[in-house]
Amino acid sequence: MLFFGVMVIVNRSPVSSALSLVVCFLGLAALYISLDAFFLGVIQILVYAGAVMVLFLFIIMLLDLKAEQRRKFNLIPMFGGVVVIVLFVKVLLDVCYGFQGGNAVFPALHSDGHGDTWEVGMALFQQYKLPLQMIGALVVVATVGAVLLSKRELK
Amino acid sequence: MATLNDYLLVSGLLFTIGFAGVLLRRNIIIIFMALELMLNAANLSLVGFSRFHVRAGLPDYNAQVLVFFIITVAAAEVAVGLAVIVALFRAKQTTHIEDLNSLKF
Repeated sequence: MLFFGVMVIVNRSPVSSALSLVVCFLGLAALYISLDAFFLGVIQILVYAGAVMVLFLFIIMLLDLKAEQRRKFNLIPMFGGVVVIVLFVKVLLDVCYGFQGGNAVFPALHSDGHGDTWEVGMALFQQYKLPLQMIGALVVVATVGAVLLSKRELK
Repeated sequence: MATLNDYLLVSGLLFTIGFAGVLLRRNIIIIFMALELMLNAANLSLVGFSRFHVRAGLPDYNAQVLVFFIITVAAAEVAVGLAVIVALFRAKQTTHIEDLNSLKF
């Protein structure tokens, strides 16, 4: 999965980047399922590998992008970026190896016979009613916004 | 047996890949994909914490609900962001961010 994640940013052609991103998302869904989050794994496949990636590929083909030509690199920003990333990885490793609680192995689960989707649904519709409504409103607003933005000219 | 640290490390590396993509790539669509990678890295660490915080034999479902909300918001964000990119492409005929410098001081 990490290999395909690297391929996303290494590939020159946007189409192969997008296809690597699909494989990366499928790997993430497998990781969710290995963490007993079956509902989120399925949602990840449906929403990301399905809807979002179709949107990306559609836009890439709509804009008819070719593989990026090799331009002259701006060396200073490139160098700055690499330095920032190396420092970031160092902090990450420090945090991960200094985190004692992280050495726990899987705690045992004993399900009450309902399953993952039931539990997430109960939490969503009982404890998080209001955020759910707000997310609905957000999605409507985003849809209207996307349609408005893609109109040719505003009246 | 995988530990929590393994999942956190993978999540952090995925975030780093996304971060590198945003910093180093010059194509706005690929920058957008790298943003998605970073969002997914956050999701992975949340699911990992949820699985390792067991209460009464069940994972912590609050974290999974949060991940569900993040996925929804990210999908909405992709729709709007790609619409913005299409509008930008119509105006400028490019997706290369160094050609989009009219706001530059």
